[in-house]
This record gives sequence, structure tokens and C-alpha cells, in this order.
Amino acid sequence: MERPTGSDLVNSDQEKLLPGSSSLAILLIVFLSISMLILFSIVRGGVGHVAEDDGGRQAFGPTEVSGVEFDGELLPGIEEATTGPDEGGFLVPPPPWSESGYFPCTECHADLDLNPEPRVLEEMHDDIELNHGPSDRWCLDCHNPDDRDVLRLINGRLITFDESYLLCGQCHGTIFRDWRQGIHGRRQGYWNGGKSYLLCAHCHDPHAPAFHTIAPLPPPVRPQFLALADQEEDQEADHE
Amino acid sequence: MSEKTLDRRTLMISAGLSTMAGISAAASGKSAGWVERLLKRRFVELSDERREEILADLEESCRKKYGRDDITVSDTGALDGVEFAYGLDLSRCVGCRRCVYSCVHENNQSRDPQIQWIRVLEMKKDHGIDFAESNVYYDPDEVPEPDSFYVPVACQQCRKPACTKVCPVKATWQEPDGIVVIDSDWCLGCRCCMSACPYGARHFNWTEPSIAAEEINPDTHIFGNRLRPKGVVEKCTFCIHRTRKGRYPACVEICPVGARKFGNLLDEAGEMRYLMREKRVFVLKRELNTRPRFYYFYAT
Repeated sequence: MERPTGSDLVNSDQEKLLPGSSSLAILLIVFLSISMLILFSIVRGGVGHVAEDDGGRQAFGPTEVSGVEFDGELLPGIEEATTGPDEGGFLVPPPPWSESGYFPCTECHADLDLNPEPRVLEEMHDDIELNHGPSDRWCLDCHNPDDRDVLRLINGRLITFDESYLLCGQCHGTIFRDWRQGIHGRRQGYWNGGKSYLLCAHCHDPHAPAFHTIAPLPPPVRPQFLALADQEEDQEADHE
Repeated sequence: MSEKTLDRRTLMISAGLSTMAGISAAASGKSAGWVERLLKRRFVELSDERREEILADLEESCRKKYGRDDITVSDTGALDGVEFAYGLDLSRCVGCRRCVYSCVHENNQSRDPQIQWIRVLEMKKDHGIDFAESNVYYDPDEVPEPDSFYVPVACQQCRKPACTKVCPVKATWQEPDGIVVIDSDWCLGCRCCMSACPYGARHFNWTEPSIAAEEINPDTHIFGNRLRPKGVVEKCTFCIHRTRKGRYPACVEICPVGARKFGNLLDEAGEMRYLMREKRVFVLKRELNTRPRFYYFYAT
């Protein structure tokens, strides 16, 4: 076989340096795919990218949401109340059910015989779902059998419903400590003065204390659906 | 050549001086309100009488614009020995967004185009805190969803705020009680602070804010929830008009699960100090050294 001459070598190298038709095609494909990518990334942020049932298409204001009282009144007397190192310097709204017609309990229970047997309640209190701790828990673990208007601690001490947190604190000690310091639970009023606490039973149903899920307020509007400046200009033009 | 330049310069200087003289002459008279505004100094540098005048002027213009004569604008200063801090219990937050709307209600944000100072981020429990994977548009029928937790984010009131550092005109600064405020009269609308803030806590009025007159909260503060003009940045101020009078911020009071805590960091017996002593607190994006006054915690 004959070795290629010097001039042949130069010619073939020059041919390799120039792009052939195949490399041109590759370049074209790369160019097209990059432009498609850019195009898609622009389109992606658009209105059509958001599914019909996704949230954030409409701007809601506080007046358009229902079931929330934004201008809640503080408890009366909170301005004068002071808190400090002395415990108990806070206001508590009346316990739940105290104004619902149930209280005072003795109105009925004074005339009823005591039946300490756990059973399914049928005539009264059948709306109470008991789901709190051990399954053999029964009403009289907390409610005082001899006088239903008060509660009874494990040590026998009788307390009113206003102090029901003492009863809860028997088991939930760390939460009770946090609550007294204002770290657990909802507070309203003055950070440097009088404030109101809620009792445990205001938020947690003592008979079934697990928190229930609630409906969220509407999501924020997505940037694509924000009212636009030109709309505002239209409105201004209309005014004029 | 040099003679010509000199002439030109002299001309420019004298023209400038005479314009200035004209403007200041107009400003010393009572009539030219806009010139007065143009030349006014920063609000915080003014004398008490001048501040009173500006507040009265602002009050007047707000009342006129919205047709409500109960709007007040105050400039209540920081209380002595107070540094505000905020705590948020992530183990309690259910993501119900009550705080978001309570904030809008309290602080006179624009309704449409919508501005909300609090963003509630939904995150997945198996990812942990991951901003890239978070979602603010979640909209299930009921919250909390079992696989999610929720991280509400508003201004973190940093001790080393990046936003105040980048402002070219010092329209935003940190107050002695730690609140980072904006002077809407001084803000240029350049939005440098928005790009500097790592928490997305600042929001821009792209248009004239729209808010119905009857929805306005009339109790306003000049650096807080005053009615803003178009083209300025706004942000959470821990409800400066409430907290400087001792009240809790609106979001603290509305939270149905009591996840939000607020108090004076310098009060040894206060709830914030107890919280920081007893709970494992953390701040968002600690690695950026912004040193927020907004502490997240899990109270188990």
C-alpha cells in the first residue's frame, strides 16, 4: 500500500475542519431545542399553566371570607387588669356550657340517683362523645359525684369550672406550665398589661380533646392573576 | 476653549442657584405645598412642631381622599427598655390563614391588586423545611393535612437587616425597639430592599392601592399601616400602631390555635424569654446572619 503524499494529508485535514452536513444538522437541532426550551419556560408561567381547580385565581379580601370575626372585642375590664409575677392576674372568659342552659348541673342532678356504672347515655348528654385517654374513663373521674356543679381533683379537692385548668394540669403538666407562662394557648389584650387567657376547654372539648381540622381561608392570588396596571388606567379613564 | 467652558459653567451654576432661590422663596410662603414636600427633610430629622404639621397634613389628605373623618395618623415612638420579638409554634400552626386576612384587615393593604404581608408556606413533613418545595397556594377543604406542616413567613425584623443596608435614600431603617420601618413619603420605589430581603417580606404597590373606604382601619401609624401611595414598598411592622400602645399584634390575637407569641425580649419574666429558655427555637436562613427577631419553635 502506498503512503499518502504530503499534499493529500493537507487536503483531507482541511476537509475535516469544515463542518459537514451532519454536523450542520446537529447544530440546527441544538439551536431549535434551546429556542423551544426558552419558549416553554415563558409559556409555563402563563395563565394556562394553572389548572382550573387550583387555588389562587381570585383575589379575596377580609370582607369576602366568612366565619371569622376580625374586630373581636376584648373582655371587659382588661384595660384595668394588670399582670405580673403574681399568678392569676389574668382574665378568663366564662367556661363553655356555662351559659348554654346546662348549668347549674344540680338543677337536675340533685334529684337523680347516682349511677356510677359506665354505660351508653340515652336520655341526656347523648351528644357527648367520650374519647379522651384510656377507654375505661368515665364521667365521675372528673365530675364530682356528690355535687355536679364542681369538679373533683384526684386528691379530692373540689374546684369550680372556672379553675378547670387545674384538673387538666394533673396529667398534662408540661402543657399546663406553658399555658401559665402564655406559651400554650391563645392570649388577647396587652403584651405589657392585662390580658385574657382561654381555659383548656374553650379550645379542646374535654370529652374528646383532639383538634378538628378546619377550612382554610382562600390562598393568595397568583401573580398571573393579579389585577394589572392597565386595568387601573382603564378605571381612571372611566372616572374621567 | 477654557474660557468658553467657564462661561458655560457659570451660567449653569447661576441658573441652578436662581431656581433654588425661587423654590425656597416659594417654600417659605404658605401656598406652594408641593415644593414644601419636595424640599422637606426626612421625617425623623424634623422638629416636633414640623412633625405635627406633617401628620396633620397627611391625616387631612387621607380623610379627604377616602371621605372618612375618623382616620388618625400617629407617630408613636418606641418605648424605653423594649425590644420586640415574636415566637411561632410550628407544632400548633394548622395553616388556616386567619392571620393573613386579619393582617390585611388591620394594616390597610391593597385588596386588588392583592397584597398580603404574611405568606403561609405549606411544607411536606418528609422534606422538612425546604423553601424550594414549599407551596403558598394550597387549598384543600380542610387543614391541616396529615402529611404537611405550615410555616407562616412575614418580616423577620432582623437585627442585621439586609433591606435597610441597600436602600439608597435611607427610607427604611431599624427603630430602637427593633421594628424595621419604611417612610412611604421618602421611598423611591426602586425595590432594592425587596431583592435584598431573603424572606420575601417586602411588597410593592404596583398600582394605586385599592381599599374600600368602609374597610379602612382608621387607627394608623405613619411608619406602619397608614394609607400608602402608588409606587412604594410596604411590609409587616409587628402592628406598630398597636404594639407601641401595648396591644398584641392582630395576627397573635386572631390565631385560633394560639401558635403566635409576642413580647418584650428585654423583660426577664416575659413570655418571650421563657420561650427562648425552655423551647428549642430556630430562625429562618440562619446562615445568612440576618439575626431575625422572629423565632420559630416546636412546643411539644
